[in-house]
Amino acid sequence: MDNYFSYDLETLVNDNDHIAGDPNAKITLVEYGDYQCPYCGRAYPIVKKLQEDFKSDLRFVFRNFPLTQIHEYAFEAAESAELADKYGKFWEMHDKIYEHQNKLDMPHLVSYAESLGINGTEFFNRLETNETAKKVKSDFMSGVESGVNGTPSFFINGKKYDGPWEYEDLKQVLTQMIGKE
Amino acid sequence: MSNQSKRTLIPLAVGVKAPDFKLQIGNGDLNPVPENFKSLGDYKGKNLILAFYPADWSAVCGSQIALYNELIPTFREYDAEIIGISVDGVFCHKAFKETNNMAIELLCDFEPKGKYSRDYKAYNEQLGLCERALYVVDKEGIIRYSYISPMSVNPGAKELLSTLKSIQNG
Repeated sequence: MDNYFSYDLETLVNDNDHIAGDPNAKITLVEYGDYQCPYCGRAYPIVKKLQEDFKSDLRFVFRNFPLTQIHEYAFEAAESAELADKYGKFWEMHDKIYEHQNKLDMPHLVSYAESLGINGTEFFNRLETNETAKKVKSDFMSGVESGVNGTPSFFINGKKYDGPWEYEDLKQVLTQMIGKE
Repeated sequence: MSNQSKRTLIPLAVGVKAPDFKLQIGNGDLNPVPENFKSLGDYKGKNLILAFYPADWSAVCGSQIALYNELIPTFREYDAEIIGISVDGVFCHKAFKETNNMAIELLCDFEPKGKYSRDYKAYNEQLGLCERALYVVDKEGIIRYSYISPMSVNPGAKELLSTLKSIQNG
């Protein structure tokens, strides 16, 4: 299993991150993801299930890694999730986007925000100012500097995980790591 | 493949002059006129990243070329251009770029197949494909970084960026 791990996570988990789960969890799983990437869409329910399985032993962090040239909606989707965070709805928006990956144009993104109780006009106007673009770009560069080479890329307890990431694979890796703690 | 993965892959050394090349641009135009070719001299005065890779059309989200395409503006901040090189032909590169909306310059080491990749020790004779080799060549044409990744491993851009930073910082 050790040869599944490579680069260090250069930017440690910090207050700018979106963190779901117990701060004292034994395992920290960081995903660099692209909202329009189908592989990330596939990873989404897998991570959800792991969160249910491992409960307070697992804390999950999501960082943006949009490949904007090949995915035309990826950047705005990332900005939307970051903007939803200003309304305390980051994870709700993150989930909503991954559950509707085939409809990520601006009207749909605004409608997802509205469905979370956010004023749509205000959300649209704020989105137009690109106020969260800086955060998205800074996530992206932190990923490049930590050796992220595509999406999704996972880091487990600060090391890039290059092994298989189907549910059973990750479950096994996390179980072993918790055993080692 | 098991023997192949055990080979030690040694690229050209850092500090030596980068070999010249003349490669056809993957723009869908077979016409052998000078404007359809790129050589090392065309990048004089710029840092140049050469990314040899096995083939177009691998899974795109995880693809090294899609990442480098995304990073073109970042590389330019360090006065660097990037070119991708494989043995694919002009029509293949064009279709690959257009389908994925990519701007990265892709060059064809197509005929004689693998000629310049061999000069860069980036050709796998057994498979008839380029290795996943990376070079950073500075403005004077000197190799400042060289690495050959196992073929199945996308090496990302971490080392490219740190090399460009160190070139910039002298």
